[in-house]
Amino acid sequence: MTETTAPAEQPLDLLYSETEDDLRAAVRALLTDRAGPQAVLGRIETDSPYVPGLWKSLAADIGAAGLLVPEKLGGQGASHREAAVVLEELGRAVTPLPYLTSAVVATETLLAPAAESDAAAALLAELAGGRTVAVLAVPLSTAPDAELPLAEPVAAVADATAADVFLVLRADGLYAVPADEATVERQVPLDLTRPLAVVTTGAGSGTRLAGPDAARAAVRRGLLAGAGLLASEQLGLAEWCLEETVRYTRERHQFNRPVGSFQALKHRMAQLWLDLVGARAAARAAADALATGSADAPLIVAVAQAYCSKVAVRAAEECVQLHGGIGMTWEHPAHLALKRAKSDQIALGSAGRHQDTIAALVGLEPPS
Amino acid sequence: MTDAAELRVRTRKLLDEHPPATTDRTDFLRARFDAGLAWVHYPVGLGGLDAPRALQTVVDAELAAAGAPDNDPRKIGIGLGMAAPTVLAHGSDEVKERFLRPLWVGEEVWCQLFSEPGAGSDLAALATRAVRDGDDWVVDGQKVWTSSAHTARWAILIARTDPDAPKHRGITYFVCDMTDPGVEVRPLRQITGEAEFNEVFLTGVRIPDAHRLGEVGDGWRVAQTTLMNERVSIGGARIPREGGMIGKAATTWRERPGLRTHALHRRLLDLWVDAEVARLSGERLRQQLVAGRPGPEGSAMKLAFAGLNQAISGLEVELLGDEGLLYGEWEMRRPELVDFTGRDAGYRYLRSKGNSIEGGTSEVLLNIVAERVLGLPPEPRNDKDVAWKDLAR
Repeated sequence: MTETTAPAEQPLDLLYSETEDDLRAAVRALLTDRAGPQAVLGRIETDSPYVPGLWKSLAADIGAAGLLVPEKLGGQGASHREAAVVLEELGRAVTPLPYLTSAVVATETLLAPAAESDAAAALLAELAGGRTVAVLAVPLSTAPDAELPLAEPVAAVADATAADVFLVLRADGLYAVPADEATVERQVPLDLTRPLAVVTTGAGSGTRLAGPDAARAAVRRGLLAGAGLLASEQLGLAEWCLEETVRYTRERHQFNRPVGSFQALKHRMAQLWLDLVGARAAARAAADALATGSADAPLIVAVAQAYCSKVAVRAAEECVQLHGGIGMTWEHPAHLALKRAKSDQIALGSAGRHQDTIAALVGLEPPS
Repeated sequence: MTDAAELRVRTRKLLDEHPPATTDRTDFLRARFDAGLAWVHYPVGLGGLDAPRALQTVVDAELAAAGAPDNDPRKIGIGLGMAAPTVLAHGSDEVKERFLRPLWVGEEVWCQLFSEPGAGSDLAALATRAVRDGDDWVVDGQKVWTSSAHTARWAILIARTDPDAPKHRGITYFVCDMTDPGVEVRPLRQITGEAEFNEVFLTGVRIPDAHRLGEVGDGWRVAQTTLMNERVSIGGARIPREGGMIGKAATTWRERPGLRTHALHRRLLDLWVDAEVARLSGERLRQQLVAGRPGPEGSAMKLAFAGLNQAISGLEVELLGDEGLLYGEWEMRRPELVDFTGRDAGYRYLRSKGNSIEGGTSEVLLNIVAERVLGLPPEPRNDKDVAWKDLAR
């Protein structure tokens, strides 16, 4: 290996702490109770897929919205490691909630400006307390190293219909624009559990939170945290797909045997399990690198995204196929996972885009 | 309970009494064994101190810092990783005292006589016969894929002692003397051109009953000790980024821009990501072991690395173009150590084909993951309760 091109490694903690296990149990219990597959299926074709009151329970009561925010700024003073565990659970249950968008991307975006701007600090405290939902007005597909800023109107803004405030990057800085001063036009998303909309905020509307250079850095930081923690959502989703597929193929009998006893199926599920072992290591590495502010974080986040987005799609596709006919129905929740996984593959940068980032960071340049 | 501080004291005493600079290597290693510092988790008197296994690193670090010789564990891996735990768990006191010291010191090399031409993945179907004759057993049969057979003094051997019993229940486990006149070792040339392994022909080989490990007919269970330790003895060290085969391909890519194509670039990046994730998985597994929370992830690592090594070396040969058409040399050699990343890309490509076969094929390992980790039902079987002699062969 060439020492000059590969960034130095940090020792990463890839395990789960007891606190993280406890947080997971609390989130899982909440989602099992209030947002099971039937509850989600029952809402996705209504005006709002979000289960009423669920955001308050998770964000404010459990305190999950403030995990990335220091206590002195109104948060829990935890880290990306804990937020990642919340996202694993939200991925498992394919829950419609603006957690990734508000509690991760928007919150992380505000962390640096909050040190300089009272308005940013005040908004951050609102987000951390789960009282306000803010969404960065960029397409869901925006990668951490994308060209910024983007022209309005902005299409495919995730969770825009849940937002109280939009964070808008303009040529002269980062703005907070109240949702009621913006135009939000719903789109029909592939993934009905993560609503998309076209957002237009008039030039000059809202409050400026940061100047142009700080704004750009803040947005990149928000997107990097989002991409890194999206890997945990993908991990949780893939884990659910495998567990559900194993459960189903143990019970489903054809040819007088459980179909899960056929080697052709077992090998596919075992292969998925192997992929999950990797996805867990990659997602934990990304969360820990973000939590510790490692210089390696951009590389590890790109690795986690390039890997986990692929694993989640494969797991969801296998889940549909190995369920046979029932997996193709609207009634079975496998399609929720498939649609989320496929959308997540594009969210915050495609695998190919993250590979390009890796190529640049480790000096594996394309042909000239 | 022996703690780290006490181990340091004992290690320094060993170093004081047997200064590495002026002590013969074998004498030093024998003294280390006798001081209980060979493998500290082994019993007192057998090279250990009944100490926690994790404390071995304390001793190793002290000795390495003092420039003491080690027992070159890469060369005696089968003895250390497989024979020794089995001898310890199932051998009589006499057997343990006779074998463990020269094994650990490396004065006596061990090999493993398990696989047969007709018993690979289905090892329990093995056909080598052992027949009781007075105080001895007489062994006839053929073993294969035996590394170190040509240098070994002893072998761990499983043989069929009851053909009328179902296959798992008619096997007995022995220590076999490789200098017995009935043992014939022939090199087994493999697709790389060299011969790491041997075929071993056993004709009227006599083994005293005192060299049996475990009960007659209980050899399959005894062999599980050996095979479980095979997995434990693999891995453990941290691997740096680009530490494995991917480092070779990445270096070629960086140093030789003329070879680059867009299609190969995508494949290289796919594999770079997979290799980095496999490295992180190995690191996570290591952290789990250190924390005393081993998971089933270990079985994933061999599968992952087998597939990766094959894909990366295949890419590398293709990337090299004209040079990929060439091969270092086909001369039949007998390598003492095997380095999967050693030699040229063509060698790596061919040798890595074995990674998904040796030590359990990837197909068998996927079955194990599916059944033991995921709890999927086994395939229906018709071989478990049938006398071995009545099985199809």
